[in-house]
Amino acid sequence: MNNAAKASNKQDDIAIQLIGMHKWYGEFHVLRDINLTVNRGERIVVCGPSGSGKSTMIRCINRLEEHQQGQIIVDGIELTNDVKKIDEIRREVGMVFQHFNLFPHLTVLENCTLAPIWVRKTPKKEAEATAMQFLERVKIPEQAHKYPGQLSGGQQQRVAIARSLCMNPRIMLFDEPTSALDPEMISEVLDTMISLAEDGMTMICVTHEMGFAKTVADRVIFMDGGEIIEQAPPQEFFENPQSERTQLFLSQILHNA
Amino acid sequence: MAIVKTERHPELPPPVSQTGVIGWLRQNLFSNWWNTILTLVSLYVVWEAMSALIGYTIINANFAGTTREDCTGTGACWVFIKARFGQNMYGFYPEAERWRINVGYVLGAVGLFLVLSDVIKDKKWPAVFLFVVYPILCYFLFYGGFGLPKVETSEWGGLFLTLVLASVSIFVALPLGIVLALGRRSDMPVVRMVCVGFIELIRGVPLITVLFMASVMLPLFLPEGMNFDKLIRALVGMSLFSAAYMAEVIRGGLQAIPKGQMEAAKSLGLGYWQAMGLIILPQALKISIPAIVNTFIGLFKDTTLVIIIGLLDLLSVIKSGTTDKNWLGLATEGYVFVAAVFWVFCFGMSRYSIWLENKLHTGHKR
Repeated sequence: MNNAAKASNKQDDIAIQLIGMHKWYGEFHVLRDINLTVNRGERIVVCGPSGSGKSTMIRCINRLEEHQQGQIIVDGIELTNDVKKIDEIRREVGMVFQHFNLFPHLTVLENCTLAPIWVRKTPKKEAEATAMQFLERVKIPEQAHKYPGQLSGGQQQRVAIARSLCMNPRIMLFDEPTSALDPEMISEVLDTMISLAEDGMTMICVTHEMGFAKTVADRVIFMDGGEIIEQAPPQEFFENPQSERTQLFLSQILHNA
Repeated sequence: MAIVKTERHPELPPPVSQTGVIGWLRQNLFSNWWNTILTLVSLYVVWEAMSALIGYTIINANFAGTTREDCTGTGACWVFIKARFGQNMYGFYPEAERWRINVGYVLGAVGLFLVLSDVIKDKKWPAVFLFVVYPILCYFLFYGGFGLPKVETSEWGGLFLTLVLASVSIFVALPLGIVLALGRRSDMPVVRMVCVGFIELIRGVPLITVLFMASVMLPLFLPEGMNFDKLIRALVGMSLFSAAYMAEVIRGGLQAIPKGQMEAAKSLGLGYWQAMGLIILPQALKISIPAIVNTFIGLFKDTTLVIIIGLLDLLSVIKSGTTDKNWLGLATEGYVFVAAVFWVFCFGMSRYSIWLENKLHTGHKR
């Protein structure tokens, strides 16, 4: 509710904007002149060969990685060294990781309520009620009092999604959410993500699930060597890729699929 | 041709020869003629040693009486320990005031039990009592004040002094060690350098040197007339020494936590201290429990080194007892007694750490 009010006040259709962004790891130039605008409610899939900088790019958006040049504007706030602004952005941007990164010493429910209680100062009862709602939404309310180590990979990743949603984020980042899962568990996580997309969540998803990209994405972005090589709506992207590198990449992954 | 299994294999109990007492004995002790011989020889050696030990300490030992002459049996002369029991336990603490120490023990035991055991779920108040109220209370109780006559620390001694040294050092070393460990991993160069310098300096010298420095060198550097109590100097020395070790133990635990944990905490909007206190440290301390308790046990035994700066802990009191002309030649009894007391405390800590590890285990049990 709070979020909706903010959105209408701002009258702002742009969720994320990367302008001429560069990043180096020491001497190594990992991200080169990234320009990307994500509108509110847009679903973006980022793909590309490994080491192309996809993960690094989305990790810059919530400042898990620092960029050295250019601008990143999230939700109307520019990312600088200002810790307050970083925290403000992190509260609004949820992230789901390849290896789930659930907190193993806390139960599923505690995983979900920790940030609302400590960051948003939500009363415990209320936070638990919200958490149960989201656990129901990802279809594992019965696991609420188990520890992450007792769940399957697919269940853990769904808990991780619920944990992010409990903070009521306006943007969700997914960093290869299905890459560490056994094949039979991928679809349960993808289904959760699809239902999230249908609700109009702004999403950036780094994934190799081309089926997901075709059904959900508004735009597919192809990265290679730290650059955005091509961006297009999925149909155009898959049927008529423009650049040679995109064609090569697609032929390689679709050959295997 | 395809082979298809249509029926589920029934669940069977494990083979009998591998379960139960007899199965275990067979498998582990009498699996072949060579192991059988080894088992029998070992049993014989254990029997000989144990019967000698029990004979000396219990069966042939002397418990009754008050003087050396009452020790007529061939075994240990526990009369020696008994006759000097007050001194062994409290040093030269005035006899009329020893109830204060006992009150301190009882309160401490209750506080420890409430905090360490599972009897109470919400441990906030017991923890406040044990870590805030109790130390202040103990200061006045043991040292004096509020109508209680003053007892100088030079009169403290025996097991009492050992426990004071050990518990104060443990109490200071753990939090200080955590701070040093975090400092050593800090992004701020000055903080990191100070922490590394402190840890490496303290770890690089023997505890005896630290104690000597604290008791002999420190007064030379202090202005005329300013003088710390000898016990306090020893406490500071031991606390800093064990804090340096503790810092490295905890740093090991911190390094074992995957980077993703901090990233997940940050991505949820938690600040550094929240992430550390709620996510990283609980896990790091949990995996460090065996090493932390190991350091505690080492520290507990290292308290005996204060003998060299003239503090009369349990070992020194017993040792001075063996040179008493009424009790000459009873050093063995003294050392066996000291060993037994230390063993009880250290074994207790070790069992508690095992219990705690099991309690905090949250994954699948193997």
